[in-house]
Amino acid sequence: MLRYAVQRLLLTVPTLIGVAVLVFFVLRVVPGDVVEVKLRGDGGAVAQETIEAERKRLGLDRPLARQFVDWMVGLATLDLGTSMWTDRPVIDEIATRLELSLQVAIMATLVAVLIAIPMGTAAALLRDTWIDYVVRIVTIAGLAVPSFWLGMLIMIGLLTAFSWLPPITFTPLWKDPAANLAQLIWPAMAVGYRYAAVVARLVRSSLLEVLNEDYIRTARAKGVMERLVVGRHALRNALLPAITVIGLEFAFLIGGLVVTEQVFNLNGIGKLFVQSVSRNDFTLIQGMVMLIASFYVLVNLAVDMLYAVFDPRIRYR
Amino acid sequence: MIAFCRAQPLGAVSLAVILVMMLGGVFAPWVAPYDPLAIDFAAVLARPSWAHWFGTDGYGRDILSRVIHGARTALVIGFVSSFLGSSVGALLGAASAYFGGKIDDAIQRLVDILLAFPIIVLALVVVAVLGKAVVLWIDANLIVAIAIPIVPKVARVVRAAALSVRAMPYIDAARAGGYSHLRIIFRHMAPNLAAPYLIMLTAYIAQAILLEASLSFLGLGVSEPTPAWGLMLSGNAADFYGEAPWMIIFPGLAISLAVFAFNLAGDALRDWLDPKFKT
Repeated sequence: MLRYAVQRLLLTVPTLIGVAVLVFFVLRVVPGDVVEVKLRGDGGAVAQETIEAERKRLGLDRPLARQFVDWMVGLATLDLGTSMWTDRPVIDEIATRLELSLQVAIMATLVAVLIAIPMGTAAALLRDTWIDYVVRIVTIAGLAVPSFWLGMLIMIGLLTAFSWLPPITFTPLWKDPAANLAQLIWPAMAVGYRYAAVVARLVRSSLLEVLNEDYIRTARAKGVMERLVVGRHALRNALLPAITVIGLEFAFLIGGLVVTEQVFNLNGIGKLFVQSVSRNDFTLIQGMVMLIASFYVLVNLAVDMLYAVFDPRIRYR
Repeated sequence: MIAFCRAQPLGAVSLAVILVMMLGGVFAPWVAPYDPLAIDFAAVLARPSWAHWFGTDGYGRDILSRVIHGARTALVIGFVSSFLGSSVGALLGAASAYFGGKIDDAIQRLVDILLAFPIIVLALVVVAVLGKAVVLWIDANLIVAIAIPIVPKVARVVRAAALSVRAMPYIDAARAGGYSHLRIIFRHMAPNLAAPYLIMLTAYIAQAILLEASLSFLGLGVSEPTPAWGLMLSGNAADFYGEAPWMIIFPGLAISLAVFAFNLAGDALRDWLDPKFKT
């Protein structure tokens, strides 16, 4: 088990190196760079010398190979460089916003799991009743409703019902939990809906599948209480695939946050990413891409490991 | 067609919705009550009424007309990018399975790398790299940006299906017959990969529409004054939540309905073409 884990961990290295190489060269294909956006973005005339000087300061005038080596060496020593726009270390730019985004992501996961598992289970057990139909409609809708639109609807709802909008300045959870939750619960709900829909659909279909298994029939035949048949025999097996989806969706939550943070005016990772893209801030884009990809790859790995822990049939060598 | 509608009633409903949207999009100039770009300062932020069913926006433009014209943008971008992404993905998947060995390894590594990103992150990077290149009224680079995240997903699924096709005796027969690789892939393997390809193509139209809406909302997709649903939700729509919620509600409903219809159509097609996956 440990050997398998280490092996898998080593296998992520080539993928991440591939990401690093790809993102570096893909970004350098762009005509124009951060200097132009920064100095000429507002349409003002700026002398060519000023532009060249700024390029020189940021190291953009050096040969591509040299820049690439710097980037890779930096990565190997876990140094992501400094933002070309703000001159602050990339790590700091990300760190100051990570707390907020991570909290929204975790809350969205909680919302999703707490809603999805009971919903999916109820739909599977009461198959083809009105409860099942309601769950199916609600979950199919969840895949169609864009999270940023749902966020806007929530805002409209809050505004018309209570004439109140969530605060826009971030208060850390440990400082003032009430103010913190008042701000972040709404975006968590907006991104959590889709998440819940995906998980609930999976729980429903995998529970339906498990309920057809021979061992469920055996359990029922020997007179095990239905509650135990479902709780102990069926649900435990049905939830396994759900773990995978919960994990993968969590890793991809940043995708939902990119747009939703804009709606709620949250200063998080997603907003930072959009900003860095529209500013051509290469170092910051590279750093964030690496962070997102590593996070995804690691969550993926963790999910596989959890799978082996929960399902003794899957034991690797 | 009739058999499909009978076997998949939900699929039939979704097809009907898609058809209505397509007709609305194609005939938008005749169906829409107003010019979607016509500014009318006498009717700024008008609430829904008989004159303006869905109300008007901050420039007095008719929202119903913009939603109808927006269907054009959404469907063209959705269909073209899903077609592009699925086709390239299917080709890569089929080639990967057919050639095996080093080519397979190389393609799979690339797929792994591309899969390590949420689709919107990937699309944003591509948008940043390519900039804008407007052909007719559609941004060709936006289509590429939306198509690229679809490629690895389709490649992976088609590769799995192609592996089993590859093992069929008729492929060996074709190779023994001395046909070229291209001919074998297109004439002998492709027809047997049509089912997964069509299913993915339909399902990813929904994804593409959603992605286009998100990018346009962020200001990195379709640009003003082209009517596009995502774009209609940004800008001054966001400033007037309270006063003019209709600016938010109707374009969002249009996005949801389109994505919903294509998702359902994809599901129905899957159940119909591939009964194995039925739940």
